Amino acid sequence: MAERISGAEALMRSLVNEGVETLFGYPGGAIMPVYDALYDYRDRLNHILVRHEQGAVHAAQGFARVSGKVGCAIVTSGPGATNTVTGIADAMIDSTPMVVICGQVGTSLLGTDAFQEVDVVGVTSPISKWSYQIRRAEDVAWAVSRAFYIAKSGRPGPVVLDFAKNAQTAMVDYEPAKVDFIRSYQPVPALNQEVIKQAAKMINESVKPFVLVGQGVELGDAREELREFLEKAQMPAGCTLLGLSALPSDHPLNKGMLGMHGNLGPNVMTNQCDLLIAVGMRFDDRVTGNLKTYAKQAKIIHFDIDPSEINKNVKVDLAVLGDCKQTLAAVTELLDETTHKSWIDGFKPYEEKEYNKVIDKAIHPKSGPLLMGEVVRKVSEASNHEAILVTDVGQNQMFGCRYFKYTKGRSVVTSGGCGTMGFGLPAAIGATFGAPDRTVCLFCGDGGLQMTIQELGTIMEQGAPVKIILLNNNYLGNVRQWQAMFFNHRYSFTPMVNPDYDMIAKAYGIPARTVVERKDLDAAIKDMLATDGPYLLQCAVLEEDDVLPMTPPGADVDCMMLEV
Amino acid sequence: MNNNVNQNTDCSACGKCADAEEKQMQPETSHRAKLSNLDANGNPLYTFLIYSENTPGLLSQITAVYTRRQVNIESLNVCASSTPGVHKFTVTSYCTEEMAKMLTKQIEKRIEVLKANYYTDDEIFILETSLIKISTKRMLQERNVGRIVRLHDAHIVEVNPTYATVEKTGITADILSLYDNLNQLGVVLQFVRSGRIAITKSRVEHLDEYLAERERERQNEK
Repeated sequence: MAERISGAEALMRSLVNEGVETLFGYPGGAIMPVYDALYDYRDRLNHILVRHEQGAVHAAQGFARVSGKVGCAIVTSGPGATNTVTGIADAMIDSTPMVVICGQVGTSLLGTDAFQEVDVVGVTSPISKWSYQIRRAEDVAWAVSRAFYIAKSGRPGPVVLDFAKNAQTAMVDYEPAKVDFIRSYQPVPALNQEVIKQAAKMINESVKPFVLVGQGVELGDAREELREFLEKAQMPAGCTLLGLSALPSDHPLNKGMLGMHGNLGPNVMTNQCDLLIAVGMRFDDRVTGNLKTYAKQAKIIHFDIDPSEINKNVKVDLAVLGDCKQTLAAVTELLDETTHKSWIDGFKPYEEKEYNKVIDKAIHPKSGPLLMGEVVRKVSEASNHEAILVTDVGQNQMFGCRYFKYTKGRSVVTSGGCGTMGFGLPAAIGATFGAPDRTVCLFCGDGGLQMTIQELGTIMEQGAPVKIILLNNNYLGNVRQWQAMFFNHRYSFTPMVNPDYDMIAKAYGIPARTVVERKDLDAAIKDMLATDGPYLLQCAVLEEDDVLPMTPPGADVDCMMLEV
Repeated sequence: MNNNVNQNTDCSACGKCADAEEKQMQPETSHRAKLSNLDANGNPLYTFLIYSENTPGLLSQITAVYTRRQVNIESLNVCASSTPGVHKFTVTSYCTEEMAKMLTKQIEKRIEVLKANYYTDDEIFILETSLIKISTKRMLQERNVGRIVRLHDAHIVEVNPTYATVEKTGITADILSLYDNLNQLGVVLQFVRSGRIAITKSRVEHLDEYLAERERERQNEK
């Protein structure tokens, strides 16, 4: 016998059914019945009150990225919903599973320009995997189950549920629903044995294979399968920004990061290999540079779960559709054991060149102000390379991703495709809930931190153990670098007048320390990591530092600048 | 019926206008350029047949796929298909084949879309319909109106002292030819042309196969 409960309570039951334990949210008028129901579910649903709805979605993203579960955010209608738009777009391009539940005015008021009414489905449809308006309490169980199924299956993504107020208050005979099949939606393309054979043949015939590792490997939980795939045929690999922790940094076949500010070797060798094997990545322009000259000498195989990624930017010779956990394993079985020694050795001169010209200077400076690179590497070392790296966007992100090292999977949380400044702080909060047993280190700049700085309040309330490393250069550093390089040093509105961050941290009850001198850095990092709970470590870094190497936008992938 | 006329012909070769006098009646209008199978950039006209579940909001999702990629929609028709609960969108656009492929993949990616394919004119049967409202007074002054209507296999469906309504169903070229000829006489008050509808010439019903395949998969998963 079904129980008669409100639509709002049906939402609570449905969330519990989906295994949700943590929610990030902010109440408001049109979602009040849901918050009223939530009051009785506090023992089963841990609701984290953020300080701005943007914080809720980014926290849900951070939670999802480190846990592999679906992140969940609840906000009210109108401005509450539109404040989540950036996070939804960010989750869409970075394939992050998330369900955003927004309040909506009652159905009788829809279309009347009612108070706090916004066409949320219309706004979010183009930037979400699925966007649906719940207009009847009877639809709650079905819609929630469908939302979670869509968010996490296939190529993950954000789903929006626009929950009309009358559907929240109406009573319904609640029956749990389980959606695991949608006729019009095939999340995982079927594995094609012929294609698997062809891929193995191409790899076995290749003399200079090179593998591009994307976030798909993490999303598909295929790190082991990737390692076996690489090791059996001894194929060197480069990782995209979001794929960095899919392969341990110190694995002998990991040749580093791809892209505009990636490592020299993998970028140059992209244009020297005879077979390029892309796994779960989407040939972003920040990875490829000039498409007209990108890997033209090579045959290309693309492993992906999303058919619409095939031939989107780069024309490929073979598409291996499917879940890479299965496709990689299937191809690996057919691979010959080889060494490719001379090909792999070919990376060394580039590694040495980059180390001598860039890396050594960035992480082992002898004099002058602190450098971002050295701070990042020291934090990574002090955490035994086991921490989760969260970054904001800009120079902090590029230095963070370049010089942090990864030994475990799901260790990078950064806004890749969208490049959302202000992502870092709330995402780091979410990460502490998604991976409560791991250390979460956030690297951010003085610009990005201030975009969502209100979330320090969430950290204060929750005691969320985020280690905030503020790389303060008193500039919007990445834009300043571009202004220096491409706009004749005209620093148009990039210098930042900053507040006293120690005092801000103090106001929120967060321990803080500022480091100016190199000699104080180690002790401060030690102090930060030894502190139970949140910590703000402000590092006064070189104001006009440049992220190098760099492929200028639109330049050829193998034309990296090692110095300005 | 001329819904199976080869669509690769342009208006001057449509056969119905072979008469020299008729040819003289064809002014160079902006429609003329559209009668060829290529647009100004040399791109062919593709017809996209899209099948979806009948859920609200899909139309804007589908059109957004085109606009985001700077592809203009030339015509659009949406209606129920022969399969209960399944809607059919017929969209025409000038674009490269590469773009047509990308558009269909991006459209199919939308959760409620069942199938999306693109076709050239020789792969489908096409039909459009049109209504032309003409001035009765001018019609009575112009002796050629009736003849043009007959030559174009069109019908006058209503006549009153103020206006008459001409209905013409056929392919784009024929409809525009009729319109151009009447317009040249200065009798046209209003003209409206429907979006294209099309069915494939293929002997295989891809949608039915897809739905059957999905039903088998559903049973297997159970």
